[in-house]
Amino acid sequence: MKMINLKIDGIAVTVPEGTTILEAARAAGVRIPTLCFLKDVNEIGACRMCVVEIKGARALQAACVYPVSEGLEVITNSAAVRKSRKITLELILSNHDRSCLECVRSQNCELQTLASELGVTGIKFPELGGRELQPVDDLSYSVVRNPNKCVLCRRCVSICKNVQTVGVIDTMERGYRTVVASPFGKNLAETPCVNCGQCIAVCPVGALTEKSEKDKVYEAINDPDKYVVFQTAPAVRFSIGEAFGMPIGSRPTGKMVTAIRRLGVDKVFDTDTGADLTIMEEGTELIERLQNGGKLPMITSCSPGWIKFCEHNFPDFLDNLSSCKSPHEMFGAVVKTYFAGKEGIDPAKIFMVSVMPCTAKKFEAKRDEMKNSSGFADVDAVITTRELAAMIKENGIDFTNLPDSEFDDPMGAASGAGVIFGATGGVMEAALRTVADVLTGEDLKDIDYHAVRGVEGTKTAEVSINGRTVRVAVVSGLGNARKLLESIRAGEAQYDFIEVMACPGGCVNGGGQVIQPSCVRSWVDLRAIRAKASYAEDLEMPIRKSHENPAIKALYSEFYGKPGSEKAHHDLHTHYQKRDNY
Amino acid sequence: MSGFSENDEKYQKLLEIIETNKNVRGSLIRVLHDSQEVYGYLPIEVQKVIAEGLGVPLAEVYGVVTFYAQFSVKPKGDYRVSVCLGTACYVKGSDKLLERLEEELGVSVGDCTADGRFSIEACRCIGACGLAPVFTINKDVYGKKEPDDIPGILAKYRD
Amino acid sequence: MITVKELNELRIKALPKIAVRKKVFEGRIPELAGRAAPEISPGDEKTYRVHVLCCAGTGCKSSGSDVLREEFERIIAKYGLQDDVQIVKTGCFGLCAEGPIVVIYPEDAMYCRVEASDIEEIVTEHIMNGRIVRRLLENPEAREGEGDVTDEDLEAGVFFRKQMRIALHNCGRINPEDIEEYVAAGGYQALAKALTEMTPDDVIKVMTDSGLRGRGGAGFPTGRKWLFAKNSVSDVKYVCCNADEGDPGAFMDRSVLEGDPHEVLEAMAIAGYAIGAGQGYIYVRAEYPTAIERLDIAIRQAEEYGILGDGIFGTDFSFRIELRLGAGAFVCGEETALMTSVEGHRGEPRPRPPFPAVKGLFAEPTILNNVETYANVPQIILKGADWFKSIGTEKSPGAKVFAVGGKIKNTGLVEVPMGTTLREIVYDIGGGIPNGKQFKAAQTGGPSGGCIPASLIDTPIDYDSLTQIGSMMGSGGLIVMDEDTCMVDIAKFFLEFTVEESCGKCPPCRIGTKRMYDILDKITRGEGELSDIDDLYELADAIKSSALCGLGQTAPNPVLSTLRYFKDEYVAHVVDKRCPAGVCKSLLQYNIDKEKCIGCGKCARNCPVDAISKTDYVAPGHKLPSLVIDSKKCVKCGVCMSGCKFGAVSKN
Repeated sequence: MKMINLKIDGIAVTVPEGTTILEAARAAGVRIPTLCFLKDVNEIGACRMCVVEIKGARALQAACVYPVSEGLEVITNSAAVRKSRKITLELILSNHDRSCLECVRSQNCELQTLASELGVTGIKFPELGGRELQPVDDLSYSVVRNPNKCVLCRRCVSICKNVQTVGVIDTMERGYRTVVASPFGKNLAETPCVNCGQCIAVCPVGALTEKSEKDKVYEAINDPDKYVVFQTAPAVRFSIGEAFGMPIGSRPTGKMVTAIRRLGVDKVFDTDTGADLTIMEEGTELIERLQNGGKLPMITSCSPGWIKFCEHNFPDFLDNLSSCKSPHEMFGAVVKTYFAGKEGIDPAKIFMVSVMPCTAKKFEAKRDEMKNSSGFADVDAVITTRELAAMIKENGIDFTNLPDSEFDDPMGAASGAGVIFGATGGVMEAALRTVADVLTGEDLKDIDYHAVRGVEGTKTAEVSINGRTVRVAVVSGLGNARKLLESIRAGEAQYDFIEVMACPGGCVNGGGQVIQPSCVRSWVDLRAIRAKASYAEDLEMPIRKSHENPAIKALYSEFYGKPGSEKAHHDLHTHYQKRDNY
Repeated sequence: MSGFSENDEKYQKLLEIIETNKNVRGSLIRVLHDSQEVYGYLPIEVQKVIAEGLGVPLAEVYGVVTFYAQFSVKPKGDYRVSVCLGTACYVKGSDKLLERLEEELGVSVGDCTADGRFSIEACRCIGACGLAPVFTINKDVYGKKEPDDIPGILAKYRD
Repeated sequence: MITVKELNELRIKALPKIAVRKKVFEGRIPELAGRAAPEISPGDEKTYRVHVLCCAGTGCKSSGSDVLREEFERIIAKYGLQDDVQIVKTGCFGLCAEGPIVVIYPEDAMYCRVEASDIEEIVTEHIMNGRIVRRLLENPEAREGEGDVTDEDLEAGVFFRKQMRIALHNCGRINPEDIEEYVAAGGYQALAKALTEMTPDDVIKVMTDSGLRGRGGAGFPTGRKWLFAKNSVSDVKYVCCNADEGDPGAFMDRSVLEGDPHEVLEAMAIAGYAIGAGQGYIYVRAEYPTAIERLDIAIRQAEEYGILGDGIFGTDFSFRIELRLGAGAFVCGEETALMTSVEGHRGEPRPRPPFPAVKGLFAEPTILNNVETYANVPQIILKGADWFKSIGTEKSPGAKVFAVGGKIKNTGLVEVPMGTTLREIVYDIGGGIPNGKQFKAAQTGGPSGGCIPASLIDTPIDYDSLTQIGSMMGSGGLIVMDEDTCMVDIAKFFLEFTVEESCGKCPPCRIGTKRMYDILDKITRGEGELSDIDDLYELADAIKSSALCGLGQTAPNPVLSTLRYFKDEYVAHVVDKRCPAGVCKSLLQYNIDKEKCIGCGKCARNCPVDAISKTDYVAPGHKLPSLVIDSKKCVKCGVCMSGCKFGAVSKN
């Protein structure tokens, strides 16, 4: 690789060709502020916060997109640079709804941080430039869009259009009237938005947030007639610590359980058990399809963002989708039927709260199909990892200093297979562990399927089980899913079993996780670190296969009979519908 | 309102336009031009057909449509009055022509009269600076006119 | 594909088509020099004794030249002259204000402001009896004269005399819809020369040596641009033509496209050969339907005649050209924005580097030049770099086309050698300011440029001197302003333009220009404070240094240059709450001179807001009491003043 020598603020650095000034500056230990930049997602040089002086250049240049060249001399902190950045920031702030104290992103806002770092003490322009507040788009079950907070950095547009290939928001109009919006003034709920929430995860400010259901949850907790049950998804525990200053990749599972319990809920269960249940049902379905010439490839159905994407974009693949509900929906159904019966609780009184790394689950829980045999919704409220963290803070719970505690019985103990559900490839691996055992009739020891691990967007493997080759593919990120399905549609590729996760890297990087600013996200692979934590937790689990989970065994023997039974089908499976894409 | 139908000749033309252009790189703007020629403007139904036909998200199509001044999502009048606000015309008082036109027609820039006869728009230089100030009504160009000439000119199109 | 030999045969064969116009062509077409036109081998071509060239450019079309042409046809038929007279539709002559224009050959008599009712006279007097119609001649001195029209009378008037036509050399002289006329006039010879006698490096060397600089903006050397693109290694490269002439008040590119489209096609093919590109795109404004139509015809004809396509002139060089329509966005004049638009997206600029010569259209090496730049290329190839360098100034060789408009008598297109002074353009060529008003300033460079005040009217116009005085060449729009123009209002006008036309991508341009506009608006409303002027400077500085693209970086120029030369006017608005030019409505006051007012009451009846009422005062000699305007109610519409026959209403 060709190396380039340059000087940044007088510091000599040598970096590979193709590096940007921004990256080279990091190597030189020089910090350059950014706003629109998000590595690999949005590199458009639009916001002008990262401008620097380059010797010989007429105007200031955006460090985030400027490729280094031999002998380049860069100044990042001259008076001209500082002044330019500050005025640009003041201009952005002049167009921003500055009700920061009431903003959900207060203290986790990149704009606020910049204002403080660049020393903005007064803005001479009238707030919002004298414009009136625009209406907030809050009709979606998952995503709220507040145009008054939008700084037009376009990170959301890039991730929605280029990474997810969903493209329901884009830049509209031009000049001073430019906005990021949905076409024809539609609200997001009227578009083919899949609710993945990746736009929220990349938004530097409070222009995109989840539709909060905290109030509904508080109401239930405060209602003495309600029996409030929380379940937490596999990936939540690998992110929630970040909201309390813990390093990325921490595993505060026990503290999380304690914290939830202190919110005053009746039971804290683990969605991982739901995941184990999913593996039982889905694994059975796969074996059934493999052995009886069923529709292949079978595609996983755990990710509701992916499901809606498929309904809009690939209606011809709806029969390929596993009919299994997603783990938390299955778990909700079980709690309101099996558990309610066992404990003698009126299911009407149970209020099921799912804590999810995901915003699409909010929409999923509202689907008509997601009702259980008792006639109630499987899940009554879905809150994100961020909402749970906010509730913990609101209740004055000192998260980092909490003692650990265990999930409640009888549904608490999960297997390591359920734990890894949150990382891309995790569902596949969990399924293979069970399917391989079932097909061979053995208790296999070699259960780490490294071929399907890792953060790559698309992974394929051929797994030999009991003499049969099973062709598997794992994709995360909807753009990758689109490519894979198009290649299958075109007859260019063939698989037996595919895992699809809507979010790049899977649920650990879900749209409901704790938001890390661009200055972290750009340089640290959140997906890899959080996923690593989940594999570490898996290794520590006494049981690492779903079918060995005693709670699951009890559930089948006491209630459902066997996986794929009629009763199981009734409670734990669902169906899909074609949706308009335009 | 838009009178969009999948059973008329216009729709057939729209499909043809998409068909001829769908494999041409970067043809969205051309398709929009040609489709606007057929429909007079670009209502949501037309944009949906284009988006689907070219395999582009509707939001992107709409983003392009609203970026360029030539595209309209609102219907235009039978007579499109367009006043040049280029520098040469402005210096020679085209803003006064515009004001008078708005007054005479009772609508403002960008809108269409209730009977659908006239719409007014402001345009950038049409390159007829020698005749400044200039306005056009459909393909007719009126140069070197004063506000007081306007009622007479409009009268020609009224019946 | 034809060979060079066949091209020459075509040229000779087509010569009779333009032979009658030998007066304008004999200088550069040897076959036409010194011999009587009809003697040129007539071959199969039908020749005509008389050519009537009617301008069909947008300006003259707007003045009714289509009707004129029909009328000519009718009258010529009436007198049975169909075999004698040919009517030729041409592009722009440049003198748009005096249109419609008709030129009759072989005399080369230019008639101005021709009306349908004049045509019978032209046909019976001039065409049938050789008596040129003096009263319609272009040369104003000739119009004044008497007796038979002499050769001197036919000499061009002051408007054309100081001009030097290079880019416009064929405009108004050939039929742009007939490739044979272009070939007869020497067209495609430069391409033939480049392809058969020169290497790509030779072509680039000539372009570099000629010193030709881009005619569309900052004036980057064309040869260097081509060299960068040639040095980029890639199988696929593109040649783009910027015909998205967006500067309001500039229309030279339109005129070239309408009057001489093949010149641009030929130049693009030469550029393609030089850099190694096989595909060209012309990005043309949708607002120019005539130009689009003629380009379309030209491309088709060039392909039909075997000049564009695979293996041009028997070489292995292939080149094709495709038209792409703009859709009304000023920013698409910026090179990266134009390419983004050709790709079918919102026309937003991209950061540079990478430069288009490395990574341009569809991420391939690309050159982009504007129409006028290309229009110079074939002649440079044919006549050499030294010829071109002998024209204009050392650092800005050649000639430049200006679109002169605004408060000036002869509005239109002029092409003058670089270094011509503003005074020569305004007073000699442009005929000065109408209505006895004073020259106040000239605006060049459109929304990216600035104003040149009367004190600098002797500045020679070239790239560097314009930049030095805070303006820029831009595409060559030149708007003249007189004492009735308010410079604050003009600055506001340009800022409003930028606010509308900004692509919206970067905050300095998107928001900064709006904040500047807000301040200017406040000042013109009479609510300005002195600190506003400081804020304007501060914002202008920030936008200049930090905006993403060239258009954003130059957006504050109209404000900076008016502040530089007309600060007094800003101060008058801010401190004295007065608009010296009497333009800013909020600062105006209408008054009735009670001595002049006869009390007729017309103004009071016409006042839309009932701001005018009777006083008790009857002026000496009048019968009725005078009237008075209530300035609180007055909306400053000016109806009272324009309606008063006694000159009793004034504004200040």
